Amino acid sequence: MSGFSLTLATDVPPLLEIEDLRIRFGAHEAVQGVSFTVHEGETLALVGESGSGKSLTALSAMTLLPDTACVAGRLRFAGRDIAGLTLAQQRALRGGEIGMIFQEPMTSLNPVMTIGAQIVETIRQHEKLSAKAARTRALELIDLVRIPDPQRRFHDYPHQLSGGMRQRVMIAMAVACRPRLLIADEPTTALDVTIQAQVLELIDSLRRELAMAVLLITHDLGVVGQWADRVVVMYAGRTVEAGDPAELFARPLHPYTRGLLGAAPRSDGHNHYTSGPLAEIPGSIASALGQTGCSFAPRCAHAEAGCRAEIPPLRALGEGRTVACRLAHADGTLT
Amino acid sequence: MTLLSVENLSTHFRLPDGALRALDGVSLDVAAGETVGIVGESGCGKSTLGKTILRLIEPTDGTVAFAGEAVTGKPAGKLGSFRRRVQMVFQDPFASLNPRHTIGKTLTDPLVVHRIGNRGDRRRQVETILEKVGLGPEVLERYPHEFSGGQRQRIAIARALVLEPDLVICDEPVSALDLSIQAQTLNLLARMKADLGLSYIFISHDLSVVRWFTDRVLVMYLGRIVEQAPTAALWANPRHPYTRALMASLPDPASGRTARPITGDLPSPQDIPRGCRFNPRCPLATDVCRQSDPPLRTDADGHAVACHHA
Repeated sequence: MSGFSLTLATDVPPLLEIEDLRIRFGAHEAVQGVSFTVHEGETLALVGESGSGKSLTALSAMTLLPDTACVAGRLRFAGRDIAGLTLAQQRALRGGEIGMIFQEPMTSLNPVMTIGAQIVETIRQHEKLSAKAARTRALELIDLVRIPDPQRRFHDYPHQLSGGMRQRVMIAMAVACRPRLLIADEPTTALDVTIQAQVLELIDSLRRELAMAVLLITHDLGVVGQWADRVVVMYAGRTVEAGDPAELFARPLHPYTRGLLGAAPRSDGHNHYTSGPLAEIPGSIASALGQTGCSFAPRCAHAEAGCRAEIPPLRALGEGRTVACRLAHADGTLT
Repeated sequence: MTLLSVENLSTHFRLPDGALRALDGVSLDVAAGETVGIVGESGCGKSTLGKTILRLIEPTDGTVAFAGEAVTGKPAGKLGSFRRRVQMVFQDPFASLNPRHTIGKTLTDPLVVHRIGNRGDRRRQVETILEKVGLGPEVLERYPHEFSGGQRQRIAIARALVLEPDLVICDEPVSALDLSIQAQTLNLLARMKADLGLSYIFISHDLSVVRWFTDRVLVMYLGRIVEQAPTAALWANPRHPYTRALMASLPDPASGRTARPITGDLPSPQDIPRGCRFNPRCPLATDVCRQSDPPLRTDADGHAVACHHA
């Protein structure tokens, strides 16, 4: 992934470096060589459909993969090799320097503990604080995530809160120890659209207030466009394209990215079912299984024999843009 | 021609801690060949509306008439042709297909229930509809777990269409699907509409999908319709503050990182605010909004809105 380090060369090492990450379950390689870096303070979006490997990639950074997973490749956080950490160091990293929130806040919270007790537990897991001091911190955190009336909410159980409020509690727990990186895995997918806007706005303002970086995992291209500094598009366990969101959406270079953008009903309303069908990507992601070459080739209208012969490497094509397609050119043509 | 006519429909549920007014006086018409979208957030009553129209849930009040005939008030056993002519497609294709029935049985059962044709006719009818939704006869012997989400939704659509209905109620039919599969499914629904002359009630929380697929849209909030207009007119000129808030909440790359989300949470349908239901979250709310519930007024151009200030 030299494209990024060349264009973003600074003295500060990247916060999170993932290089040629491979995750295998038995004979099935779910992640097949993903590389990207997250820099201090930025929001990097990982976008892709079900089965693209985006959640597994995030879990590997949190050392939360199940024991059945076989992980290869390089994972570095703030210059340290994550694989080389002891279990105690991994625990300190998880919830300490890296916080994480998940899609469904109800299943991530303990239903028989008050939210206050859960936040206190998180704090005391990582820091030597008295119960009283931890309680004060918890109240500050509840206030920080803009939950009204923290004193009263402290004693609420998860079922007494709305979905949006529960996700705010999850965020409070994730940022309790001032992480340098917040991993948000589909944080608003289960939420209503007016609540989604509130939660994304909260995550972004906390990113600035607490000087954290955010790794935002989503399938929603609109969310990427509005909230991300950079985007990595994944398909069937590989990075297919990465770059600046505005440029990538204006001029997608990989046929999959193009297909994805074409398949979305446009919000400007220039298309309607009466004026013709939506652009389809034929087939499904299942066709990537067992492909020797490009995993998108079975669904790609431009695929040639060469595409099926070998895996296309990620190449730099223009400022900060990398694409894994043999046929892509920087001007948007495919030959 | 009006195919479906819903008048003042209410569905209240009695719960241990009080009544839940899921649907509170909703009226709508669906013309033959029309796609009517119903959009709103959790708890707005959009799914309850679909199920109450079908009498999967009994209404508390109000009437439903289909093709000029009353649906409400009839004994359930006397709904014969209505049960055939109005079908439903649900959100979750994993939950809506019986995992222990082959696809063949799932698709044939509706024909058996309605005593249509003999064994050979039924087989032909099932194969015809499968081909229409893009699946081959080889799937008949297979079980739901052998299919992906997108394929299952095709099967669920085939099950709805095998009875040759006039109206299909689609409740979030593409919400569980990935974007590329969503486009395939929407195109399929549009093609079926053209081929079979269907009408749809299309229930969704996704504004961009509703805008693409519907002719007319009803915006619901806490059991009421707050705005109703032809799709193009609604987007050209949204009049209700809630509709505007919904549209403004859509992530928009052009607006930068300054979402102007409406504040506050959705109130529980068990605790509906007094006066206008939207007033606690509304930027325009005044005293009148806190006291009286605005009726849905229809303008000359067919655009209806329930707001004191619109």
